[in-house]
Amino acid sequence: MSDTQNLTVVQAVRDGLYSEMREDDDVLVLGQDVGKNGGVFRATEGLFDEFGGDRVVDTPLAESGIVGAAVGMAAMGLRPVPEIQFSGFMYPGFDQIVSHMARFRARSRGRFTLPMTLRAPYGGGIRAPEHHSESKEAFYAHEAGLKVAIPSMPYDAKGLLAASIRDPDPVIFLEPKLIYRAFREEVPEEPYTVPLGEAATRREGDDVAVFTYGAMTRPTLEAAESLAEEGIECEVVDLRTVSPLDREAIVDAFERTGRAVVVHEAPKTGGLAGEITAIIQEEALLYQEAPVKRVTGFDVPYPLYALEDYYLPTAARIEEGILEAVEF
Amino acid sequence: MSVFDRAYDDPVRVLDEDGEVVGDVPDLDDEALVDMYRHMRLARHFDGRAVSLQRQGRMGTYPPLSGQEGAQIGSATALAEDDWMVPSYREHGAALVRGLPLKQTLLYWMGHEAGNKAPEGVNVFPVAVPIASQVPHATGASWAAKLRDTDEVFLCYFGDGATSEGDFHEGVNFAGVFDTPTVFFCNNNQWAISVPRERQTRSATLAQKAEAYGIDGVQVDGMDPLAVYSVTRDAVEKARGPETDRPRPTLIEAIQYRFGAHTTADDPTVYRDDEEVERWKAKDPIPRLEAYLRSEAILDDERVAEIETAVEERVADAIDAAEAAARPEPSELFEHAYAELPSELARQQEEFAAFREAHGDEAFLEE
Repeated sequence: MSDTQNLTVVQAVRDGLYSEMREDDDVLVLGQDVGKNGGVFRATEGLFDEFGGDRVVDTPLAESGIVGAAVGMAAMGLRPVPEIQFSGFMYPGFDQIVSHMARFRARSRGRFTLPMTLRAPYGGGIRAPEHHSESKEAFYAHEAGLKVAIPSMPYDAKGLLAASIRDPDPVIFLEPKLIYRAFREEVPEEPYTVPLGEAATRREGDDVAVFTYGAMTRPTLEAAESLAEEGIECEVVDLRTVSPLDREAIVDAFERTGRAVVVHEAPKTGGLAGEITAIIQEEALLYQEAPVKRVTGFDVPYPLYALEDYYLPTAARIEEGILEAVEF
Repeated sequence: MSVFDRAYDDPVRVLDEDGEVVGDVPDLDDEALVDMYRHMRLARHFDGRAVSLQRQGRMGTYPPLSGQEGAQIGSATALAEDDWMVPSYREHGAALVRGLPLKQTLLYWMGHEAGNKAPEGVNVFPVAVPIASQVPHATGASWAAKLRDTDEVFLCYFGDGATSEGDFHEGVNFAGVFDTPTVFFCNNNQWAISVPRERQTRSATLAQKAEAYGIDGVQVDGMDPLAVYSVTRDAVEKARGPETDRPRPTLIEAIQYRFGAHTTADDPTVYRDDEEVERWKAKDPIPRLEAYLRSEAILDDERVAEIETAVEERVADAIDAAEAAARPEPSELFEHAYAELPSELARQQEEFAAFREAHGDEAFLEE
């Protein structure tokens, strides 16, 4: 039994970086303010002192340069972990992400692969300024050649990050900043991985399957507990990666319950909830007892913080959505 | 005086337009000089055939290189075997110097992904189509070489239009900050499709952009293969191990001209006049080098004819080989997206295979 530490999500990310960098000299971190400053959310705190400026690199302020340079490094066999300070600033690097990061393996018929993990704090709910709260995971899940992980728990944050860094293919690793410091969990000190593409059942129940990921896992569980008091038992499935999606887990939970709700904070149109609904339609139509309900952010620009509480799905909205599916 | 101490608007020259020596002839033996000539002739003949194949419907859209052989062959010749080139999409000549089989270049433009796979030991990055997007890759790759303490130098090609893109500035800036062993080689061929060099920047030269990033910048006559070789060799040596406190990276602006269209889909008569084209054709790098080699008695009629025959045969053989290549296996669509096929993608592959099995290729292909 290995020793554990009681860590927050952001500490678990830091611990994951720390242990992977110790395991493999080819792993290095680069980005804005990741070095001496330890990252604006302190996700890279202490790494600079431990591993030095060649492996924990403060770069110029240039997202395309950061992603593009990491592409070159990864093509030559390093395992760079570039950080974009906020996911809302990934767009200047978007061309490098979709034109190169996603395609290098395919384009070179496997001669080059990019074992790189692009990290970014993501999502809303922390009273941040404009462009600091976006949740656009669907962009990256839509792009073949990428994998997209979004942890909801400290244990998974460390294990999924380790799996991403060790993966031969490029991974977009989105860290919900709303839960960076919201709670703690026992996390093993030694390195371990949580496989990409496998969902986790956070709560078992026979009445309705609720699919979610990232920061929305907590209000979803809260809604489920509240409904349990009324005798409605929700199965809560945390997808953990949105690309690849764990289709089996989705279909399995749906077949046992016949009802589904999908919860994410990203806008509704073109969001992952649509994809999950389609999987259910394709694979389990005959089990269906009610329309699939989507509880999501609205199709509006992410609001400034005076209104963000109205934008993000809350336990109450999720509860309402679940009731609709159950009472249909 | 180091070549890097010149004024930005004072291009290095070795041969004038008639092949007369006007600068310092680089120290290359006769065989190396003939190799450069042979590669230039090969690139020119290949280019003519490629355009013709496209016109005949035997190849897709193709970006011609004629006029740029001096810059491509001269620069690529300056690399050591372990060095790398990071191309845009027009460096067919430089790639063949690096050992990329002509068949591969043909296959790529004939629409086979396999053309993008350089054989092991051929240190060439895949073609990069989005303008300037390969510049940060070259910086990152050379940065990796520096971190791993290897000797490799990375030569990155792009055009004049690329210097307007953010990626050019971000990549070159990173190279300056991290002092990476990178040589940035700008093929200033005067036109970014229809937009002239003067519309890309108000800077008097592109070479001077190096100043902003604290690296060396130098202009070279890009139609003069010996001058290009000489400058690139100096930049490569400096990148590999600077003897002074000079920065490792260099920005080379090679002034040249593309004789033909941007691609076979483009009609340059719409935006530039014949007089300009003729003026630049007088600077053609091939007769220029040939005149010099003849004056040095390194080439004669017989040798030139021999080279011409060999070049024609080699290109014809490559075309035969490329056209004989079977259509890629349709299953390849799925094979290289990921190292390990995700289960949903495996399902899509099975579904595709089952449909093809049931309905045959007629269900996918015309006629």
